[in-house]
Amino acid sequence: MKQLTLPVSEEEILDLRAGDAVQISGIAVTGRDAAHKYMVEALIESAGSMSDEDRKVHDELKEALRDGAIYHCGPIVKKEGSRWSFVSSGPTTSSREEPYQDRIIAAFGLRVIIGKGGMGRRTLEACRKFKAVYVHGTGGAGVYNAKAVSEVIDVYKKDDFGLPEAMWKIRLSKLTGIITMDAHGTSLHAKLADRFDRQLAKL
Amino acid sequence: MEPETDNLVGSDGFAEALIELIRRTACDLPEDVTAALKKARSEEEPGSTAEITLSSFLENIELAREEMKPLCQDTGLPIFFVRHPQDLFTLGISRALREALAEATELGYLRSNAVDPVTGENSGTNEGKGFPSMHFTETDDESVEISLILKGGGSENVSRQYSLPMEEPEAERDLEGVRRVVLDAVRKAEGEGCPPGILGVCIGGDRGTGYTESKRLLLRLLDDVNEDPVLAELEQRILAEANTLGIGPMGLGGKTTLLGVKIGTLHRVPASYFVTISYMCWEHRRRSVRIEPNGTYEIS
Repeated sequence: MKQLTLPVSEEEILDLRAGDAVQISGIAVTGRDAAHKYMVEALIESAGSMSDEDRKVHDELKEALRDGAIYHCGPIVKKEGSRWSFVSSGPTTSSREEPYQDRIIAAFGLRVIIGKGGMGRRTLEACRKFKAVYVHGTGGAGVYNAKAVSEVIDVYKKDDFGLPEAMWKIRLSKLTGIITMDAHGTSLHAKLADRFDRQLAKL
Repeated sequence: MEPETDNLVGSDGFAEALIELIRRTACDLPEDVTAALKKARSEEEPGSTAEITLSSFLENIELAREEMKPLCQDTGLPIFFVRHPQDLFTLGISRALREALAEATELGYLRSNAVDPVTGENSGTNEGKGFPSMHFTETDDESVEISLILKGGGSENVSRQYSLPMEEPEAERDLEGVRRVVLDAVRKAEGEGCPPGILGVCIGGDRGTGYTESKRLLLRLLDDVNEDPVLAELEQRILAEANTLGIGPMGLGGKTTLLGVKIGTLHRVPASYFVTISYMCWEHRRRSVRIEPNGTYEIS
């Protein structure tokens, strides 16, 4: 089990291989469907004409995500007084973000993408080009995964996106996962897919 | 004009029973599913990705039950199947279900999941157009029986409906064709439905009733046996064959890809032959509450 502490360096990323089990600690930001579309359309493509609010979110994300991690997750959250906490929060299916992920990796300097189900060729290529990895979490293990979120630091776009789709800035404490896409062009998903196809052909 | 709410349906006891149903469904995985997962784990190599993954699942199940927290953050679009006596208004029951969902959301047993598809606005209460999904059947019974399935979006996204005959995969209008498309659906889902999954399969119906029936079939206990011997055999065959695909827990490889296959039929029009597959994830959250006329209830 390798320990990965965010922010993480290019060297550490290059040391990782598809198949490695990892525990991730440090600051991450959740982002799923609404967030990915927003980041590309409002923060990257419209960089020249951002609203003040978007500019603020952009700058905060730039700081949090540089050499950092995005977590594909829509948590169940609880508020006690002014503090939020994660009650149940496993990874969501990452493939829906495939149209956006590579541009976000490039623009924000992301090194780690945490999700489930893997991602496609564009993201694999971005991982290789920009030195990033994809970590496959334990889907459905909501309570187990929420235990690895030790603090909710901030939240962006909560009113626009609603609670599940908001961008939650969190502190991770040993979130477990397996690297299934590394920075060397290897995807476990691609390898496994061949095996599954051959088996299906026999049936 | 509001119809009179029945004494039973409007009572605090009824509301309490519904909250209990939601709480237990969201947080307390049914015993038959847990048993199937334990069996799956025992069949994997110790230390393998599959075995470690299944162990994490089982740990999650324990934690969720102990702390009464939702097993998974995606509590889906709640589906209720209500069997009620003739003298209870479904309007009253619908209202009670919606109120229970809103309260359960407040209490943190459900994620607020109802999103307007045009504006993107989340209602915050798990209420919306067609949300929750409710199906009513009138019975001769005196009691009300309400079943709830919490099926997340991930598994819903990999559910599929096939129109036979078709060329890719090659499938004719017979049970062999059914077998082929069901296996195709399992292959296409790969890891995205959070395997090992459970399939509800409806042969027949139209595109709408096919899906509803395929979900109702998910209420069956994993170790039950189909009353129709032909379908029972097909269920066992598909289950065994799917498990040779090697997709495994979370699609990362392993011996158990499915925990169960439940097949049912609906009459169809001659021109159509649909095979509808609802793919349910490993965390099969489905429970029922039986509420007696005097307000006492039991959750199963």
